[in-house]
Amino acid sequence: MAKQSPIPLLTDGKRVDGRLPEEHRPVTMQVGVLPNANGSALVGYGNTIVLAAVYGPREPIPRYITVPDKAVVRVRYHMAPFSTDDRKNPAPTRREIEISKVVKEALETVVFLEQYPKSTIDVFLEVLQADGSTRVTSITAASLALADAGIPMKDLVVGVSVGKVNDTVIVDLNKLEDNYGDGDLPIAIAYRKNWVLLMQLDGVWKPSEVKRGLELAFKAAENIYRNMREALKGRYMAVVQQ
Amino acid sequence: MSSYPFEIIPSLRRDTLRRLISEGKRPDDRQLISMRDLTIRVGVVKTADGSALVNLGNTKVIAGIKFELGKPFEDTPNEGNLIVNLETPPLAAPTFEPGPPDENAIEIARIIDRALRHSNYIPLKDLVIIPGKSVYSMWVDIYVLNHDGNLIDSSMLAAVSAIANAQVPRAIIDGDNVKLDKTSKIPLNINPQNMPLTVTYYKIDKYLIVDPTLEEEVMSDGRFTVASDGENIVALQKGEGYFTPEEIDSMMNNTLNIVKDLKVKVLEMVKTPVGSLMF
Repeated sequence: MAKQSPIPLLTDGKRVDGRLPEEHRPVTMQVGVLPNANGSALVGYGNTIVLAAVYGPREPIPRYITVPDKAVVRVRYHMAPFSTDDRKNPAPTRREIEISKVVKEALETVVFLEQYPKSTIDVFLEVLQADGSTRVTSITAASLALADAGIPMKDLVVGVSVGKVNDTVIVDLNKLEDNYGDGDLPIAIAYRKNWVLLMQLDGVWKPSEVKRGLELAFKAAENIYRNMREALKGRYMAVVQQ
Repeated sequence: MSSYPFEIIPSLRRDTLRRLISEGKRPDDRQLISMRDLTIRVGVVKTADGSALVNLGNTKVIAGIKFELGKPFEDTPNEGNLIVNLETPPLAAPTFEPGPPDENAIEIARIIDRALRHSNYIPLKDLVIIPGKSVYSMWVDIYVLNHDGNLIDSSMLAAVSAIANAQVPRAIIDGDNVKLDKTSKIPLNINPQNMPLTVTYYKIDKYLIVDPTLEEEVMSDGRFTVASDGENIVALQKGEGYFTPEEIDSMMNNTLNIVKDLKVKVLEMVKTPVGSLMF
């Protein structure tokens, strides 16, 4: 983290891409993009683009992972080899395994698992283009894809990343800020429930900075949450018209 | 909600535990926010460059340090390499199976890795032999020997204790050739005031407890880890369940106090190596 950035990350209160510290990149959403999947979504946070597909509820393979009274959520977060500057080896890394696990734990908390005993809900997340904040973009995409698959949930889940540059707390890190910033704090929120579903922290933070980060994340989540509802409405309307 | 779901607790037992916890009590007479008895023995493995055995209640974790010659990463030419690995061998619990580290083991190792890296506890700059060319690779291998809950905190304790006990083999530079002399070692110059520790909170109904037994852990609804050096937060990890911003705030503040006290105890226990392996 002590690495020197090739260009200053914060000048006169503006970030490398001209954003203010608490300004989120434009968020794009498209729901129902993959015909084969039960639910799917393509989400962009600026130049970070993630494709999510949900298959299920379906019969688990292998069978032994079945739980008698509820569904099992499985998540695979993966980065495409061409999504990064240097080619990323497609074999799953320890980082990807960890992210898959925390994303799974975020999603399974909001899904009504007891409605689908003995089945699995499989969520596949492919990062197609990476420019920071890939895991939180993935969560937003996953939540939309689950909703698109018609799986009942307690709330939609919004992912927002928070970071730190020269003691300034910033929202929605891009690649440079992720690589050269002083810390990163990915968060996923069930907005209406006021629940934090994913939270990790990297770097050295004062407790007050973490608190501020959470506040900024909730603020950013409000907007994204509204966009998600609109995107889903658009999708449902299209189905109705068909 | 355990990561190893095949641990089964009768629902009668669950109800009893829930009731106890709602009254602020636990089956072993602890308070909600207190830990089990902790003992740490360092220097227990002669073949390791540093080692520690942690007993936290019935949870037993051993950690060993090994130094090897390595090449620095391109972006850190002036730092040694730190690699943290955690294994859950099948001898430690009926639910553990042989095989490479699973997602649970990888998650714990990565939390510990982040906490160590950001706390500045290990002087990675001292582990350089020839800048940009040759450095020490410091392996922190953590082995769970008996799983009775709270693997994250006990593994972190084992890691920092083994590191406190670490001795670095001397590097012999002969032209372009570098060799490690295992017969001559110097203590690793750690920064004790920066020692990071984790406190993992488990949620049962709306109550937060620390240092659960396996039974409490399996029936919990949520998990949240805070790593701190007593001053700053150096890692966070939310596991299962959900937490409100208010809960997160109180867990962070609680952790600073717990870590400050716990660190004093740990530093005392890692002072004298015991030289042999004893449970």
